[in-house]
Amino acid sequence: METIGNLIPPFDWTSFLFQPWTPPYEQGSLWILVMGFLVAASCGLIGNFIILRRLALVGDAISHTILLGIVLAFLVTRSTGTLPMFVGAVLAGLLTSVIIEFIHKHSRIKPDAAIGITFSTLFAIGVILVACFADQVDLDQECVLYGEIAFIAYEEPLVVAGKALAPLSVVRMGGVFMLILLFISLFYKELQVTAFDAGLARSLGINPTLFHYATMILVSLAIVSGFESVGAILVVAMLIFPGTTAGLLSDRLPVHLLLSVFFALCYALLGLHLATWLNCSIAGAMVVVAGGIFALAWLLSPQKGLIALGMRRFAQAGT
Amino acid sequence: MTKKNAAAPLEIHDLTVTYHRQPVLYGVDLIVDPGCLVGVMGPNGAGKSTLIKTIMGMVPPSHGWVKLFGQPFHKAITRVGYVPQRESVDWDFPVSVFDVVMMGRYKRLGLIRRPGKKDRDAVYECLEKLKMADLADRQIGNLSGGQQQRVFLARALAQESDLYFMDEPFAGVDAATELAIIELLRELKDAGKTLFVVHHDVTTARKYFDTLLLLNMRLVDFGPTEKVFTQQNLHKVYGGRLNILTEVATADAQQASEDKLESP
Repeated sequence: METIGNLIPPFDWTSFLFQPWTPPYEQGSLWILVMGFLVAASCGLIGNFIILRRLALVGDAISHTILLGIVLAFLVTRSTGTLPMFVGAVLAGLLTSVIIEFIHKHSRIKPDAAIGITFSTLFAIGVILVACFADQVDLDQECVLYGEIAFIAYEEPLVVAGKALAPLSVVRMGGVFMLILLFISLFYKELQVTAFDAGLARSLGINPTLFHYATMILVSLAIVSGFESVGAILVVAMLIFPGTTAGLLSDRLPVHLLLSVFFALCYALLGLHLATWLNCSIAGAMVVVAGGIFALAWLLSPQKGLIALGMRRFAQAGT
Repeated sequence: MTKKNAAAPLEIHDLTVTYHRQPVLYGVDLIVDPGCLVGVMGPNGAGKSTLIKTIMGMVPPSHGWVKLFGQPFHKAITRVGYVPQRESVDWDFPVSVFDVVMMGRYKRLGLIRRPGKKDRDAVYECLEKLKMADLADRQIGNLSGGQQQRVFLARALAQESDLYFMDEPFAGVDAATELAIIELLRELKDAGKTLFVVHHDVTTARKYFDTLLLLNMRLVDFGPTEKVFTQQNLHKVYGGRLNILTEVATADAQQASEDKLESP
C-alpha cells in the first residue's frame, strides 16, 4: 500500500537548490522567477492599499469579474491582444466596484454581502458567455483558474531589432509593475490619507472617490496581467499575503511597501524551488510559501507574534 | 479692507439635510462672525455632526446653501480645518504620530509634492505645543484617548487655517488634556481664528464658549453664551431630560457659592 510518504519525492538539498538552475531548466526558471516576482510585487504593493481600505475582498471579486471583461472585450474586438484585454479588465473592475458601492449606498445590505452578490452575478454572466460562444472563445478554464507560469519561457517573445528580448507577458507585467510603482510614489500621501480617513481627506481637498477608483483600476490591471501566469484565484493570494504579513512585522506604511516587494521575491524564488522538488504547480507552490511565511511572521513577530504575546501575558500573570 | 475679507467665516442659509428621506437638519440659518469660539450643543441625533459634515461638503444638502468666507467650500478649502471624531479612524493604521500631524500640511502641498523641511519643522512645532513631541515616532494605536485627541489637534494646528470645525474634541479625554485643549482653543480665538466646536457636556459649556449654538434638528438658539444658556432654552433642546437640567442647576449652585467665596 502506498503511504503519503511515498507520494512525496525524497528531499535532497543539492537538487532542491540547484536543479532549477541546471540546463536545460535555467532559461525557463529565470523567466518564471521574474514573472512570479512581478506578479507578486505588483499585486502586493497595490494590495497594501486595498487591505488598509478594508477592501481585501473587492480584490477577490475583481479577480472573478475580470472573466466577464475579457470575454466581452474578445466578443467586441475579436482579438486577444493586450489592449482589448486590458480595457475589458479595467471596465469590469470599475463596474464591479461601482456596483458594490451603489448597492452599499442605496440599501441596507452590508458591504460583504454586496460584494458577494455583485461578483457572483458578473462572474456567472461571464461563464454563460464563455459557454455560449465556446466555439469562438479560446479560453482554457484550467489556465484561468491555475495559470500557466511554467511555460512562460516558450511564449511568444517581444522582438526588438531582430532579437528576442523577453516573453510578451513578462513585458506586460513589467509595464504594470512600473505603473503601480509610479502611481504609489507620485500619490503616496494622497493614497495614505484617503485610506486613513476619507472625511479628513475630503476636507483637505483630496477626493477619496477618485483615489478609490484609481486603486481599483490598478488592481484590475495587476490581476488581468497576472492571472494568465498564476491563475485568477491565486492572484488574490498575492494581493493579500504581502501586505498582511508586512502588517505583522511593522507598523509603518513605507516599511509595509518595502517588505511586500521583498516577500514577492521570496514567494517567487522559494515557490520555484518547491515546485521543482515536488513537481507541482508553481503558482500553487508560491502561495504555499506565502502561507508559510505568514505563519512564521505571525508566530515569531517580536511585537505582534503569538509567542511574544504569550510571553508578555505570562510575564504579566507572574507579577 | 476688501469686500472678500469682510465676508463672514461661516454663513448658512435655510439648510435642510435628509438621510434616507428622513430630515436630519431642517431650515438652519446662521452667520458666524470672525473670532468666535462657538459651542455646538444638542442631544444625540440632533444633527451636530451632520451639520459639520454638510458645511465641509461631505454630505450634500437637499436644500439651502453654505458659504465659507463668502465662497463655496471647495474654494475656501485652504482656510478651513477639520477635526473629526476620534472614533472615525482606524487607530491600528500603520502611521506614526508624526505622520498623522503631517497630514495637516497636505492641503498646502497640493497633489504630488512631498513635504519638505519647512513642513517637518511646522509639524514638530505643533507637536511641541501639545506636549506630544516625545511621542512623534509612536504608532498611533499605542496612545491614550487624550493623547490621540492631542494628535488630532496638533494636526489641526499644522493646517494653519482661519476657521476650524471640531467634532467632540473633549470626548473621552483626561482632565489634563481637556485643559490643554481649551487653552489651545482660546489661544486660537485670540489670534482671530473662528472655531466651531461640537460639545456634549452641558456643565462645562458655559465656561468654555463665548457663543453657543443649540441644535435639535432645527436651530433652537444662537448667540452669546449668557443670552443663550437659559433653563428655558436647555429644556427646549434636551426636552425632559431632567438629569441634565439638574446637573446644570447643581453646577450653578456650586458656581454661585464659589463666587461668593471669591468675592470679599
